[in-house]
Amino acid sequence: MLWYIGRRLLQLIPVFFGATLLIYLMVFAIPGDPIAALYGDHPPAPAVIEEVRRQFNLDKPIMIQYLLWVMGIFQGDFGVTFSGLPVIDVLASAFPITARLAILALIIEALFGITLGLVSGLRKGGVFDTVSLVISLLLISVPTFVIGFLLQYLFPITLKIGRTTVSRDAPWDELILPAIVLASVSIANILRLTRASVAENMGADFVRTASAKGLKRGRVIRVHILRNSLIPVVTYLGTDLGSLMVGAIVTEGIFNIQGVGGQVYLAVQKGDGPTLVAFVAVMVIIFMLANLLVDLLYAVLDPRIRYAK
Amino acid sequence: MQSNRRIERYVAPLDETPIAAVDAVDTSKKASSVWGDAWKDMRGRWLTWVCLVLILLIAAVAIFPELFAKADPTSCDTLNSVAPAIAGHPFGFDVQGCDVYARVIYGARASVIVGLLATILATLLGGVIGAIAGYYGGWLDSVVSRLGDIFFAIPTVLGAIVVMQMMPWDKNAMSLAIVLAIFGWPQVARIMRGAVLSTKHADFVTASIALGVSRSKILLKHVVPNALAPVIVIATVSLGTYIVAEATLSFLGVGLPPSMISWGHDISVAQDEIRTTPTLLIYPATALALTVMAFLLLGDIVRDALDPKARARR
Repeated sequence: MLWYIGRRLLQLIPVFFGATLLIYLMVFAIPGDPIAALYGDHPPAPAVIEEVRRQFNLDKPIMIQYLLWVMGIFQGDFGVTFSGLPVIDVLASAFPITARLAILALIIEALFGITLGLVSGLRKGGVFDTVSLVISLLLISVPTFVIGFLLQYLFPITLKIGRTTVSRDAPWDELILPAIVLASVSIANILRLTRASVAENMGADFVRTASAKGLKRGRVIRVHILRNSLIPVVTYLGTDLGSLMVGAIVTEGIFNIQGVGGQVYLAVQKGDGPTLVAFVAVMVIIFMLANLLVDLLYAVLDPRIRYAK
Repeated sequence: MQSNRRIERYVAPLDETPIAAVDAVDTSKKASSVWGDAWKDMRGRWLTWVCLVLILLIAAVAIFPELFAKADPTSCDTLNSVAPAIAGHPFGFDVQGCDVYARVIYGARASVIVGLLATILATLLGGVIGAIAGYYGGWLDSVVSRLGDIFFAIPTVLGAIVVMQMMPWDKNAMSLAIVLAIFGWPQVARIMRGAVLSTKHADFVTASIALGVSRSKILLKHVVPNALAPVIVIATVSLGTYIVAEATLSFLGVGLPPSMISWGHDISVAQDEIRTTPTLLIYPATALALTVMAFLLLGDIVRDALDPKARARR
């Protein structure tokens, strides 16, 4: 297992440098002046431009710029936002909010997705199965931002339950509605995955053996069917994190949550490139680390992964 | 003890069914192929026909919108701002006083073009790269796979947000599709590489090598056609996800320019009126959801049809 962790960590190094270089090049090597883009239609005095160029190291060759930027990241210096605040300070207040939102969303999607998927898979072809399949298809087809507006219209506006916007420090209870929005697409995907894999495992030899030796149905379902069916769901969580991040941008934008996604949303609305890059870099790093975690979890669940060359 | 028990064994009389007849293959009939079998399976499901009719309808709306909507989506009169539906304008008017029905109809084109272009580009790029990496292996495979890992580390829409935000060139359907494909190809490449790796050592490939067929010809004639099925499935599904991506980017304001009618953009404008006129948001959102659903469902059906295991399960 240690050997596997070591190998996986080594693999992360080129991906980290490659992905951050890619993001950096996307912004600073594309023809066009990022400083001009920063100020829009009102170009500042030449001296100011010079100073900003020096501040962002734009007077140096592109690879040196990138190296200086990456070195900064290692020292916790992600740059400065458009309004002059250090990104790391904004991050310190924004990250806990997004973490709360993500934890709530993960709990909701795991709870509903796995339970509903298990029930559907056990009674495949039944009424419950058909209804949940249709609903999951609807949830997958409707983009997150539409679901966000619909739930915002339904609960806070029409039924007067909850609030349309979340207050500044975003307590847990106010984040429940946004978390449902964020989790909606993943609930449907987890439901379908669990259902397919439960239905497949129902016919497996080990399940028949377990029933044949007289185990209670509840134990067969819990220990033999469910546990084996969760392996593809865990793999899915890794790839799902990417869409969860994009979803967080949209959801935090709609509910005016001051999290990491909300910062990206505001930066896009204001056309603020440097802030956008800093937060996207943060998101990509979190995405990479989370994927590493999922891979390790997967190796714990399935020994074949650990020993594979 | 044992000798008393009579064990009866049934032996089929050999002359009943000659072995030759059992093993006989009707060579006069057309050979069945993976795709033929898949289509035979798909043909029998009513859901296939619902999807195909829906997709044909969406395609027709995208190509000839003027046949479906009489009103001009760009001639707007602010006197009609958020006016309710009247004869000839079944969905009413939006904030700018534009006909909502016409905008929903004309919006199909942007979604379909971006989705189709991005899918074609990502499939071609990922397919070629994945096939070469899987087939030739060695250092080429290592380099390409690591490169794919790097692009894979950046979620498609997240990367597209950054590029579209910083892009100095004109934003249009083509540039948006290219950006989506740049971040979308590793997924196709991974699947193609896996499929090529599993067909590479098939007996018919070994036979071709023994016959002296050149490597590149084997790749094109034998390996790729047999590895294509999973790529086609992922392409159909990703068409739906690219349409969602376009709508999300247009909603955020970094997708298509406002001059192009797009459902995502219309939904984003309609959000300010959600308290008073939620229908402004619901019409384009429904059109978007139906389009995405048609392609996702078709992808599901094709996957089921191509997978004999899934076919047996159903």
